[in-house]
Amino acid sequence: MSGWSRKDLLDLQTLSQQEIDLILETAKSFKEVSTREVKKVPALRGKTVVSLFIENSTRTRASFELAAKRLSADIINISAGGSSISKGETVLDTARNIEAMNVDAIIVRHSSAGVPNQLAQNLKASIINAGDGCREHPTQALLDMFTIKEKLGKIEGLRVAIIGDILHSRVARSNIWGLTKLGARVTVCGPSTLMPVGIEKMGVQTTSDLGHVIKESDVLMVLRIQLERQRDNFLPSLREYAKQFGINKEKLNQAKKNVLIMHPGPTNRGLELSADVADGEYSVILDQVTNGVAIRMAVLYLLLASA
Amino acid sequence: MPLLIKNARIVNADKINDQDRDILLDKGKIIKIAPSIKADNVKSVNASGKLVMPGLIDIHVHFRQPGREDKETIETGSKAAAKGGFTTVMCMPNTNPVIDNGMIVEAILEEARRVGLVNVIPIGAITKGQKDQELVDMFELKQAGCLALSDDGKSVVNSQLMRMALQYSKMVGILLIEHCQDPLLTSGGVMNEGNSSTLLGLKADPGISETVIVARDIELARYLDTQVHLAHMSLRRSVELIRFAKSQGIKVTAEACPHHFTLTDDDVKSFDTNTKVNPPLRTRDDVQAIKEGIKDGTIDCIVTDHAPHTREDKEADFDHAPFGMIGLETSVGLTVTELVDKKILSWPEMVEKMSAAPARIVGLENKGVIKEGADADITIIDPQKEWEVKKEDFVSKSKNSPFIGRKFKGYVEVTIYKGKIVYDG
Repeated sequence: MSGWSRKDLLDLQTLSQQEIDLILETAKSFKEVSTREVKKVPALRGKTVVSLFIENSTRTRASFELAAKRLSADIINISAGGSSISKGETVLDTARNIEAMNVDAIIVRHSSAGVPNQLAQNLKASIINAGDGCREHPTQALLDMFTIKEKLGKIEGLRVAIIGDILHSRVARSNIWGLTKLGARVTVCGPSTLMPVGIEKMGVQTTSDLGHVIKESDVLMVLRIQLERQRDNFLPSLREYAKQFGINKEKLNQAKKNVLIMHPGPTNRGLELSADVADGEYSVILDQVTNGVAIRMAVLYLLLASA
Repeated sequence: MPLLIKNARIVNADKINDQDRDILLDKGKIIKIAPSIKADNVKSVNASGKLVMPGLIDIHVHFRQPGREDKETIETGSKAAAKGGFTTVMCMPNTNPVIDNGMIVEAILEEARRVGLVNVIPIGAITKGQKDQELVDMFELKQAGCLALSDDGKSVVNSQLMRMALQYSKMVGILLIEHCQDPLLTSGGVMNEGNSSTLLGLKADPGISETVIVARDIELARYLDTQVHLAHMSLRRSVELIRFAKSQGIKVTAEACPHHFTLTDDDVKSFDTNTKVNPPLRTRDDVQAIKEGIKDGTIDCIVTDHAPHTREDKEADFDHAPFGMIGLETSVGLTVTELVDKKILSWPEMVEKMSAAPARIVGLENKGVIKEGADADITIIDPQKEWEVKKEDFVSKSKNSPFIGRKFKGYVEVTIYKGKIVYDG
């Protein structure tokens, strides 16, 4: 596979449209692997991957782990609780120690933005960002774009709304970069207190009018609302949030006929998304999870197979 | 032995001499200034082609002793000061223990005298332990040698306590220096809130955390008719508030740091933790406003906020790395390159900002000027020499500078403290 030259996958901000397309194309061919009786190809046999998660995750970690295993790479997982990070070692030091064991790639998730970049600047191993602070979560956005393309056949020209806590969302930022590069028209919708300063400079429209957004959009990408946002005074109450910004069947009556409902998970059912919508006909939430494995196989393959 | 500076082009805050002079220093004082001085048994320095200024004064540094001697000590900090052209520095009290009683002040002064490279004056805390609860014993701190008090690192948040601190300090005759930052508004922010923080996804500190305290302290100073000095101003709005206050005759003075008139929040995008500083790097517009404020006198003086941190501490992720950068050894280079060379300040105005004004604000007599009878603290600068900031050249114990690799104009050649050469570049 040609056209890939990067050591790391840190963000979508710096990827070109061609690079994003290449990942999506590569994922297409890997998706089939997971449907086989024997879900394994030897593409990365002999490669070693470590996932270093200094922040909780279930699905992203499992998804990366399955992706690595289906490519025949060896993978081990290190999480915050069991690591020396809790003993005062810096994440860079931990990563240096991991690299010293001759690993080919480190998948990192960290609560502080920029950690993947710091590791990439200091290590020879490939670094894959699995979410850094509120900055980026590139594989999530890639799997979202893959799912949209799969379901609607294209991305260019679509109207995509990202709804919820934009301020704290790395999923929103990565999707904004990726979707706008592929020609979608992106609107971010949420409470004014959860809207970051200058977000429109990223090339998106902003609104707090959910009804309008539901009517106009081809894709509704619903974000998880963190329960502690109420405590930090971002919201008067979760009750009001659910009423004003939550999506339920009734509100969806105004939506386009083939609208896609997406969510990066885990969902607070009944809060940002009612259960009947989450499980309903427009929801592609489980397709997103399925496609996540394919995207992560593609990313691992592109970073490691040629190296 | 007396020291004779030959061919000195003297720069004071009021003017630059149009003819070279000789300056004779003895017993810590400037004895004589004349077109040509002949003297025997003196050490002599030829300052031909250089600028000779009153020793630079930095009223805002952190020397980390006692408590974090792995970052800096009074000795290594003094060396960095001398190399940077500073003959007087005032060190902030956020040490461990906090400088909040006379005995600690005396211990620091004793160590500074032993080192003997520059004049180190401790700044006492405003509140005991910097806990924002009880006032320190201000008379005791003044008698021990403090010229100013500050809870630097944080604000006195309790407004009633700040009122009492200002009212009491006016009686004592000691300056209060406020670190302006409402911690509830800062709310864990690690960089400026704005377009850059939105892109970088880092927790952001809105500028209003600074300006609400600036506005409050201006009002307190007005009401109490007393002086307050505002530390490391970083925002256009702060400059505007201070400009307005000064136009009303309110006794407010203010300082700014070289990094706040050179770097912006866009520089954080490398995730270099040496760009993590408090107050944070702001926008290009704020940088412009700080320069305007320095030029028109709204900002009275330039300070470094020299904040040394070990490599280990700065190697952390951006959220967990400590705030601060070193500044003593780059201040002259930055000021000459960014302000003098770009015609924002004249040479005498640079002396005003870096020597005369700070001396006046804290009440240092016989400093900040080159004249017969003044203290023999002198800095000799090569105005044309270009140099590159190199990590290995720092004499500070810490190397946490985002300016490594930058090229500057304006080089400290010689620093003289109490009539003796303490640095010779």
